[in-house]
Amino acid sequence: MNSVNQALPLPAELPLSFRGPAPVRTVAGFGFWLFLLSDIVIFGVLFAAYAVLSGETAGGPTGASLFDRKHVLIETACLLVSSVTCGFALLAAQRTEKLATYFWLAATFALGALFLSLEASEFSAMIANGAGPSRSAFLSAFFTLVGTHGLHVSAGLAWLFVMVLQIATLGFQPMVGRRLFCFALFWHALDIVWVGVFTIVYLGAR
Amino acid sequence: MEMESSAQGAAPGSNVRTHGSRGSYLIGLSYAVILTLASFWVASTDLIYAPGVPILLGVLAIAQMGVHLIFFLHISSAPDQANNFLALAFGVFVVFLVVFGSMIIMANLNHAMMPMDRLMQMQR
Repeated sequence: MNSVNQALPLPAELPLSFRGPAPVRTVAGFGFWLFLLSDIVIFGVLFAAYAVLSGETAGGPTGASLFDRKHVLIETACLLVSSVTCGFALLAAQRTEKLATYFWLAATFALGALFLSLEASEFSAMIANGAGPSRSAFLSAFFTLVGTHGLHVSAGLAWLFVMVLQIATLGFQPMVGRRLFCFALFWHALDIVWVGVFTIVYLGAR
Repeated sequence: MEMESSAQGAAPGSNVRTHGSRGSYLIGLSYAVILTLASFWVASTDLIYAPGVPILLGVLAIAQMGVHLIFFLHISSAPDQANNFLALAFGVFVVFLVVFGSMIIMANLNHAMMPMDRLMQMQR
């Protein structure tokens, strides 16, 4: 990947203005990092809306009566372990071990899918009990915030599936490695957002 | 994997010291599990002075986000991570501004607003 740079003298010997652009992986990683931060700002806005509206239940059910902490703990465990399996997949891909990469990516996919199905069952049970997003401002904010996180996880699963196809067809090219690396950043960032969700929404419920 | 030249910065997840080992992920996982279980325990126990619970939950959440950043995303304050770290600092700043700004403004408006029943009377 760095064949262009290897022909040059060591970077420390050159003044900064002679060193040329940073390697593609650094530029791609930094650009994706900026995207992730802007995504986190979106979640920040939704958190702000939730914090302001969480008490406005309009006589409807409150968070404390709706949320099941055991359920949330299992969802949290799914995301935490999937973050680690995703990291293991990245390490296996860096060693270009195809079988190990597939295994850890499959584990990540399974845990992400389990998380989504748990969340879907929670949402459908709430809506069936008359606590849908149209019931109160609190529930609108809840479904927007947690639903946006769920949408991100769904997008992540779709991306993961595409990455498996790309490894199968293109192999471990630098390009594929960069995409997998960006996917890992995305998946870990979703985990950070979930820490905020379970603390503020589920554990902070009054 | 390849090492990047430090002067041009490094990609967010490529901290040389912590990246490239399963150990870093497993240490991160064990910290995260401890902090998560602590959060759930704090939220459901009666042992802790009730008004202190939200503060404790906040501290635990921020600690866990830090653990995720260091052990999973491999962000650090190393010289080659300056760009990533500054971007992160700016993102955190914007999030705090939006969240706490909204909360303060809305609490203020709530406080200054006339009670709803009197407002309705005046509009008649």
